[in-house]
Amino acid sequence: MKFRTLFLGALVAAVGVTGIAVQKAAYAAEQFFPMLVYRTGPYAPSGIPVANGFRDYYTLLNKRDGGINGVTVTFEECETKYNTKLGVECYEKLKKNSAGAKATLFNPFSTGITYQLIPKATVDEIPILSMGYGRTAAADGRYFPWVFNFPTTYWSQASAFIKYVSRQEGGWDKLKGVKIAHVYHNSAYGKEANPTLTALAKIYGIKLTLLAVDHPGQEQKATWLQIRRLKPDWVFMSGWGVMNSVAIKEANAINFPMDHFVGNWWSGSEGDVIPAGKGSIGYKSAAFHGAGANWKIHQDIIKHVYGGDAAKAKANNLGEVLYNRTLVNAMYGSEAVRTAMAKYGNKPMTGEQIRWGLENLDVTEKRLGELGMKGMLLPIKISCADHETSGPIIIQQWDGTKWNIVSKWIKPMREIVRPMVEKAAKAYAKENNITPRSC
Amino acid sequence: MFYRETGQFKTNYQKDQQVFPIAQDRVFVALLLIVAFGVVPFVANEYWLQAILIPFLIFSLAAVGLNLLTGYAGQVSLGTGAFMAVGAYATYKITTNIPEINIIIVFLLSGGIAALVGILFGLPSLRIKGFYLAVATLAAQFFILWLFNKVGWFYNDNPSGTITAPPRTLFGIMISGPRATAEVRYFVALIFLVGFTIVAKNIVRGRIGRSWMAIRDMDIAAEIIGIEPLKTKLMAFAVSSFYCGVAGALSVFVWLGSAETEAFDIFLSFQILFMIIIGGLGSIMGSIVGAAFITLVPIFLTNAPALFGLPISTDLSKHIEEIVFGGLIVYLLIVEPHGFARLWQIGKEKLRQWPFPY
Repeated sequence: MKFRTLFLGALVAAVGVTGIAVQKAAYAAEQFFPMLVYRTGPYAPSGIPVANGFRDYYTLLNKRDGGINGVTVTFEECETKYNTKLGVECYEKLKKNSAGAKATLFNPFSTGITYQLIPKATVDEIPILSMGYGRTAAADGRYFPWVFNFPTTYWSQASAFIKYVSRQEGGWDKLKGVKIAHVYHNSAYGKEANPTLTALAKIYGIKLTLLAVDHPGQEQKATWLQIRRLKPDWVFMSGWGVMNSVAIKEANAINFPMDHFVGNWWSGSEGDVIPAGKGSIGYKSAAFHGAGANWKIHQDIIKHVYGGDAAKAKANNLGEVLYNRTLVNAMYGSEAVRTAMAKYGNKPMTGEQIRWGLENLDVTEKRLGELGMKGMLLPIKISCADHETSGPIIIQQWDGTKWNIVSKWIKPMREIVRPMVEKAAKAYAKENNITPRSC
Repeated sequence: MFYRETGQFKTNYQKDQQVFPIAQDRVFVALLLIVAFGVVPFVANEYWLQAILIPFLIFSLAAVGLNLLTGYAGQVSLGTGAFMAVGAYATYKITTNIPEINIIIVFLLSGGIAALVGILFGLPSLRIKGFYLAVATLAAQFFILWLFNKVGWFYNDNPSGTITAPPRTLFGIMISGPRATAEVRYFVALIFLVGFTIVAKNIVRGRIGRSWMAIRDMDIAAEIIGIEPLKTKLMAFAVSSFYCGVAGALSVFVWLGSAETEAFDIFLSFQILFMIIIGGLGSIMGSIVGAAFITLVPIFLTNAPALFGLPISTDLSKHIEEIVFGGLIVYLLIVEPHGFARLWQIGKEKLRQWPFPY
């Protein structure tokens, strides 16, 4: 009885003091990068390499360069479990860190959370860099000044995938009657590619089937039974987390030809193919940067972050596709800060200044060389109106031990995608009373 | 000593029948309301309001709604998430198509639509009970979410299937949409919760509530003394779904800002069911305390290691949170199977006999 009373009392008291500790110290000279991560739950296979990539790159910036132009980089993680509600809580928590430094920019790494944060971040004046995910319509910078989704979007990717299929089939005219199935995560993320695929299917006479897989994607027997009946020529997948490896196993179980099974760029990392073992050999996926740990940046990370311990770095996902992607993402973010500093001086940058930096970001071939990423990705230049740049994609294929590039850079069909983006942005603006700025 | 009704004489029936017959209770509730309205919004920072208190208020409203159905009328429901989704999507549809209607009225209209859906899915309750009814409401949960995911009309055919809260005002103050301040959102949620809690408290004290409890305790006996099961059970479903619908609408328009069906999945239904089980079935106050427990304790547990300066990685602290929280629920249900409401009652009795409780 006594213990019970004490225990419950302590619990109530403890809950009461939770928020009181959020104290504001003096404003520190730091550039604070918030990290919305998911190291637990069904999306952890995708979330862990992402979180490690960000952490290692920010650590590298401090250890190798002494921060960004002398301004120390700080970062803090908040676990979202890929859940939109927890994502909102984390956003509110990390808008400012405990030292009072305002967040530089948010990389939600979740389309659902990005959707939540777009209106909030616009009001709070914090840029969102949803690199290759999130709301595709945000590519129209006139309506979405605070949101960036370069180098390329789901819609561009879907069009590039159709282009890839047309090349494999031997020309645009051969697309007529080709059966394509889109296996997608039944969420805002998975649905993103559907409008583009549907529009292109109409133009080229493709027989498109849309197959939804419910969250979290561990149960896909019914979906793949449908595919077995349908016998599509190509399967395109928009999956994430545990859904990817389950889909590859199921495709294997129905003997679907792996080289005709193409994932989008979120469905093609080591964590997705390794659980399926030998069965995943031949599986393809899209990407917009190279895989592997053979670039100078990886040597730098091993040297400066892991103190030369290559095995430990590998255990922390070094060189995996998603790890490399986060390096690219973290690089874009820090380069935007650098761009802003070139204009506003070497001090911690504010939201508006970073937004300017992102909008005027120009990562050249030469700069990529300096960053140790030469040949890993293409140069990029952002503009006020175009927050996407319709960057090209490549197709990579898993050979059982590593990902190999099997295509040239494929340019998306901008002439089809861009009008759709502008239309969607306009519809969003109408619904939310947004007046576009002129670019 | 302090909590004793000695000397508080009731001289008329009205006084005898008031909600809080003991003067100390009235003072306590009044103080609570003064703090909630007059102190909290001016002291709490944005993180507290936006990430902790607003969801707590909204979940409390949903929990009160479910408690009317499960705690008072005895009908187990696992469709709470779906009824909340109905409220949210109805609000979205109405306010985007007819923006002229005031958003508060839209919330209430959407509650009405949720009530109609609740009646529809409450029909099986006339023939089945207990676990079997739970399965029937589970069907509602899956069917409604599937419908909202599948049919583009419900989300105005936008490519992602996400509904977004457009900016809406009341008396010139922005109460929905991204530019509404956290304080205003808090007030909206609080006013809805307080208003509907008073209504709920009075429903359960009156004829309707008594007929619900009669049905819950023994439906055959209730029928014999003249309570119509059809009307009573469907009324419970309607009122409960109304509450859940309004809570769902608030959760998108006042709290989250945008949502997809995933936000209303089966886990939400379970979460709200846990709230009323831990808070206490058949207790309005229990629903609110249960909601506080389920929403606040995990946030506390996640932040606790950092609070005490322990350098624990994010994933480990999340896992610890889940383990400790699960353990706490089990512990609580072992020491007090009837939830916080019963604990409160015991505490009150002990206080009366203080300083010599037995």
